[in-house]
Amino acid sequence: MLGKLSWDAIPFNEPLPLLSGAVVGIVILAILVTVTVKGWWPYLWREWLTSVDHKRIGVMYITLGLIMLLRGFSDAIMMRTQQAIAVGDAQGYLPPEHYDQVFSAHGTIMIFFVAMPLVIGLMNFAVPLQLGVRDVAFPTLNSVSLWLTATGALLVNMSLVIGVFSRASWWGYPPLSGLAYSPDVGVDYYLWSLQISGIGTLLTGINFVTTILKLRAPGMTYFRMPVFCWTALAANLLIVAAFPVLTATFVMLLLDRYLDMHFFTNDLGGNQMMYANLFWAWGHPEVYILVLPAFGVFSEVAATFSGKGLFSYRSMVWATLGICILSFMVWLHHFFTMGAGADVNAVFGIMSSIIAVPTGVKVFNWLFTMFRGRIVFKTPALWLVGFMVTFVIGGLTGVLLAVPPVDFVLHNSAFLVAHFHNVIIGGVVFGALAGITYWFPKAFGFTLDERWGQAAFWCWLIGFWLAFTPLYALGLMGMTRRLQHIADPSWQPLLLVAEVGAVVIFAGILCQIAQLYVSIRTREHRLDLTGDPWNGRTLEWSTSSPPPAYNFAMLPKVETIDAFWHMKRTGRAPVEPVYEPIEIPRNSPAGFITAFFAVVMGFSLIWHIWWLAILGFLTAATVVLIAGWNIDREHEISAAEVAQMERAR
Amino acid sequence: MAIATIDRAPTAVPTELARGRGGGGPASKRIVVAYGFWIFILGDMVMFSALFAAFAVLRGNTAGGPTGAELFNLRNVFIETMCLLLSSYTCGLGALSAERRHPGRFLMFAAVTFVLGAAFLVIEATEFAGMVAKGAGPSRSAFLSAFFTLVGTHGVHVAGGLIALIYLAAQVIAKGLQAAVLRRLLCWSLFWHALDIVWVGVFTLVYLMGAP
Repeated sequence: MLGKLSWDAIPFNEPLPLLSGAVVGIVILAILVTVTVKGWWPYLWREWLTSVDHKRIGVMYITLGLIMLLRGFSDAIMMRTQQAIAVGDAQGYLPPEHYDQVFSAHGTIMIFFVAMPLVIGLMNFAVPLQLGVRDVAFPTLNSVSLWLTATGALLVNMSLVIGVFSRASWWGYPPLSGLAYSPDVGVDYYLWSLQISGIGTLLTGINFVTTILKLRAPGMTYFRMPVFCWTALAANLLIVAAFPVLTATFVMLLLDRYLDMHFFTNDLGGNQMMYANLFWAWGHPEVYILVLPAFGVFSEVAATFSGKGLFSYRSMVWATLGICILSFMVWLHHFFTMGAGADVNAVFGIMSSIIAVPTGVKVFNWLFTMFRGRIVFKTPALWLVGFMVTFVIGGLTGVLLAVPPVDFVLHNSAFLVAHFHNVIIGGVVFGALAGITYWFPKAFGFTLDERWGQAAFWCWLIGFWLAFTPLYALGLMGMTRRLQHIADPSWQPLLLVAEVGAVVIFAGILCQIAQLYVSIRTREHRLDLTGDPWNGRTLEWSTSSPPPAYNFAMLPKVETIDAFWHMKRTGRAPVEPVYEPIEIPRNSPAGFITAFFAVVMGFSLIWHIWWLAILGFLTAATVVLIAGWNIDREHEISAAEVAQMERAR
Repeated sequence: MAIATIDRAPTAVPTELARGRGGGGPASKRIVVAYGFWIFILGDMVMFSALFAAFAVLRGNTAGGPTGAELFNLRNVFIETMCLLLSSYTCGLGALSAERRHPGRFLMFAAVTFVLGAAFLVIEATEFAGMVAKGAGPSRSAFLSAFFTLVGTHGVHVAGGLIALIYLAAQVIAKGLQAAVLRRLLCWSLFWHALDIVWVGVFTLVYLMGAP
């Protein structure tokens, strides 16, 4: 009846996960009670949970990403602490069985449920506004994407208290992740949560490629698009080209585990190296799916806060597209030691080094954009400078690792861990935080507090370097990654420094929470009444903050790049607006309800509760069919209402 | 041709649009929907390409079990292929009828398409059942895992397509051939033709190259 599920699944004898699960449970319960007592449910349901507005969906994605950042970061600081104290005779406080789950969950959560939601959230919020249009191509589908991503995040977190999570790391290499060596539900939690959220991500990719290529304001030719839109286009093309590979790979591993197939098993002809190839054929493009939009954010920030147009816009675009193509030709550098041979390794080593060229072009473009600009050092500009320094160093260590002989020495070491945190924190996280600060006033109508923001920046920057410089050194000293216990006591001082770094980053996170709190409390004093708080250049700043549901009462006519800057400069006399009725998509509960049944389905598949899995799937499919039956999905705002709302600005 | 008559193109095309620089403003709903669906098909093709790659890697790994040459019956596969290719033809005829606003004729062609698709599935299921009965199921060897997964995924797509066809036929009956329904029919026929292309790959790479 309940498959493998029984009371044994709850870790009553392990206080740590039970305690953290209880804390999370109490927080969620408190939130639910507050919402119920205050009577906010109708508002939440109407304005957020069923919303198909790209701005709302963007905000919800970012909220999901930030909440999951707290979870992923607590995993990180747990690992740092374990490594700092479990030296020599000391065994630390995390047994291997638990430590392995922590590092697997950390990687999985940070990539799929922090970095992806942050990046997709920013694209959701900004891209249609920058393109000067009213929504994405498929608004209801967009809501489905969001809620499927949330489904995945929920399943991963359920493993904290019901059963276990994967102990096979965030990439789940077989045969370790196969049934023979991971017979419990951990890998199934990993696979099903990523399968379900992966479908959401693929739908996002389809949605945004279509939006960017087919829905732009009149006059916005390709080479007048803001660079953020170009990077979003490249990232979403990569999503469409890469995520289906991940889906297929996970299908094969699932079939190995559920139907006794032999894609990756040790016996009967399975081939584990095929998993490594397929996984990284998705995995390397994924890196660029994350970092390209961050490059886009920094391009916008560099131009805006230097008060001049982006240096060499076209080379920026070509560099973006070059990286987009090259990212598919380097996957093998993740397993040089597999033994593909010197020739193959040389080709992939050279291709990996070549990616540094378009990336270098970008860095010089940002530098020359700032050169002789009127730089305003608001928080986003600080993130930009911090990013450039950090990311260039991270990129250089990457070029080092792209040399196969060096990689043979350093692969699987703490050096590698330091390298990819250097580019992902320095690139993606800094970019997302810059983007959040930059577009926050557009989303909510007031700016974020500068002092707390700058304090957060310095904590993150210093904390990052304190935490990861020691790992470079430790890697060179021979420390491999994922150690639950440190045998060599001479590594302990550096590990303690890394621990201090993690604490400083934690201080940065606290500053950000304080920033949010202070900004909301003092919002009356920091209102953005013009809609253009930073003297912006692109179209999102030409509408009010927050924008109306339809974004633009009249679609802007675009004549140049930096369209809004041009409009401000030429100071065209405002024509008497002629408002027309606007069709906007109706709210739809389809996404939320589908996701609810996807949770039911995923959970029952993990626990082999077959009847419930079938029921969940059929119900989710029925919801989709019912939603698809309805043809009339828009409702019209009359011209008079538009005029009234616009006059109220 | 079928496309041009469903939504007539705007009479005056802005010069920049004509030059392909994309300055003509948001595209019409029909273009957006069909374009998005093309991108979806592209993603689906990428997924199939990963399954094809896995099959190519594992085709020799029979682990002492039966090989393709011992299992495949090309005569059945040929009939199967003909069913699917013919169903694509009738699907095209259905699309033309829909475009000319002949719901009756569309439903007739849809029915023929459905029968041909279902026949394809029945032949495939019979083949699978026969192999499993011979002890050549998907868990016998890596080769057979890859075979069943690749061919089976295509079969699942065909089955999904048939369910979608019933659903869309119901929409045609309930709502008539209005613009929104026509857009969906267009997407469906894109999907159905794409499955044909995948099958051509399966027929060639799996059956012909694996036959004695």
